[in-house]
Amino acid sequence: MILQLQDARYRYPGASGDALNAVSISVGPGQFHAVLGPNGSGKTTLVRVALGALIPAAGTAQVDGRAAHLWPRQELARVLGVVPQREDNLFPQRVRETVLLGRYPHLSLWGRERAEDHDAVDRALRSCDVAHLADRWLWTLSGGEYQRVRVARALAQEPKLLVLDEPGMSLDLKHEMGLFELVLGLVRGQGLGVLMITHDLNLAARFADSLLLLEGGRPVAAGAPNDVLTQQIVETVFSWPVAMQTVDGRPQMIPLRQTKESRA
Amino acid sequence: MKWTLLAVLAVVALVLSVVLGPAAVPLGELLRSDIVWNLRAPRALLAFLVGGSLGVAGAALQALVRNPLADPFLLGLSGGAGLGAVLAIALHLSGPWALPIAAFIGALAALGLVYRLGLIGGASLDPRILLLGGVAIGAFAAAITTAIVSLADAAELRNAFLWLWGGLSGASWDSVLLVALYAPIPLVVLMAASRPLDLLALGEESATYLGADVERVKRRVYLAASLLTAAAVAVSGVIGFVGLVVPHIARLTWGHRHRSLLPAAFLGGGALLAFADTLARTVVAPRELPVGVVTALIGVPVFALLLRRWTIA
Repeated sequence: MILQLQDARYRYPGASGDALNAVSISVGPGQFHAVLGPNGSGKTTLVRVALGALIPAAGTAQVDGRAAHLWPRQELARVLGVVPQREDNLFPQRVRETVLLGRYPHLSLWGRERAEDHDAVDRALRSCDVAHLADRWLWTLSGGEYQRVRVARALAQEPKLLVLDEPGMSLDLKHEMGLFELVLGLVRGQGLGVLMITHDLNLAARFADSLLLLEGGRPVAAGAPNDVLTQQIVETVFSWPVAMQTVDGRPQMIPLRQTKESRA
Repeated sequence: MKWTLLAVLAVVALVLSVVLGPAAVPLGELLRSDIVWNLRAPRALLAFLVGGSLGVAGAALQALVRNPLADPFLLGLSGGAGLGAVLAIALHLSGPWALPIAAFIGALAALGLVYRLGLIGGASLDPRILLLGGVAIGAFAAAITTAIVSLADAAELRNAFLWLWGGLSGASWDSVLLVALYAPIPLVVLMAASRPLDLLALGEESATYLGADVERVKRRVYLAASLLTAAAVAVSGVIGFVGLVVPHIARLTWGHRHRSLLPAAFLGGGALLAFADTLARTVVAPRELPVGVVTALIGVPVFALLLRRWTIA
């Protein structure tokens, strides 16, 4: 296992309830896990605990067998690549420059970038299909191109596991599907482990091997998509009537109009 | 190529400030002249060191507080240093080092207060509060300074006022030596933080995930840049716009990677201040303008041009 949470519990200082309670998840090489849940269900807290930014009050959060918050950040950045939900670049930057930042965890304090660093950048640009954009300014990219560049930067870290926080947000159909196909290709092709946070049940069910559904900081269901996304579980957690269908052997959810009968 | 150009610029600025001056020194006697050796040479070097330090401190602070308009003096140091210096003048403290030491202590006091304010939210240093706290502390110190100046007699008032606008007339080989020994320490600390500073431009969360120890970097950069500025202000008063404009010009040519940006800001800031000081000494000779007036007169139009460029681009 690369990343492992065991019965992790966390409560923000001053909060009245736990943001995360008895949550376990483990992601190994070549595995694609998705964490689902409504707003405020603890998805982001889970990621922060898993990445060592928050220390669990009970249970453990480990990376490669070592407590996540004990890792020196530079070493951790060689094992985990993270694509946060948003970031804003203070200064204008070109695509190749920003992907090169992904090599920083591998550089010594005074050393220059080596040939292998530039090779890693080129490989990352190619695997994310953005090599042709290398000399463009970031602010000239479309939303979909920009997300692929950020994935490329995380890949340049040459991590064992990629953490993606709502990567499909504000992308149109083509770019969202393209991004998920890209990530799945990395999992299958390079044996990368992936932990993805999303509220898009359908995409998670189509692409991930394993789902963890959270509600109010607690795990509601975990396992294969067909076991987790049943009509009853989804309706309970999201408080909305749905119909379930199957596409490519994976469950897909269709929200229903709320009629007078169902409200009663 | 651009490094060669910058090096040539720096050398030209230094040579000009040794050759030019209100007293006519024939070129042939340049190397034997007391005026050159005891006045112009140390003054040129001090201007270069101070300008370079302000350039580097400004570039680093702009990345730290994530605000391209940050100036090293925005963090309250100028107010503290000014208060210290004016107090020394009002209390008639004598001796060649009374003023610099008082200014340095004032700057350190402001630095400590602002740093403490920056930690107000807990263990993590908040750059936004550093900025706001710096402005507030600076304004507070300036108010006390003005109160003292308004009670002082005319000659004292003039001295204090001139000091506040910066000047290098107190330069000596001693002060050059002092700065040359002191400045390299914070400069090396800032150079060592180059890559984490690059990462900070993405925001603290992204920087952390790319391997930066954000809390430690913020503290180190703030303290090193402030200590550098405090020394500069102690030996030369408040010289504005070098720390604001030079990093921006350097970024236009060298980009945003601090490993090349910081050295470029050092050479550029040094050249600019040496040049500005030459102008300050010569344009109204035998009188002298405060060098802060010259840097502001050069810096503000340049800055206006930069702003125009940004808003159009």
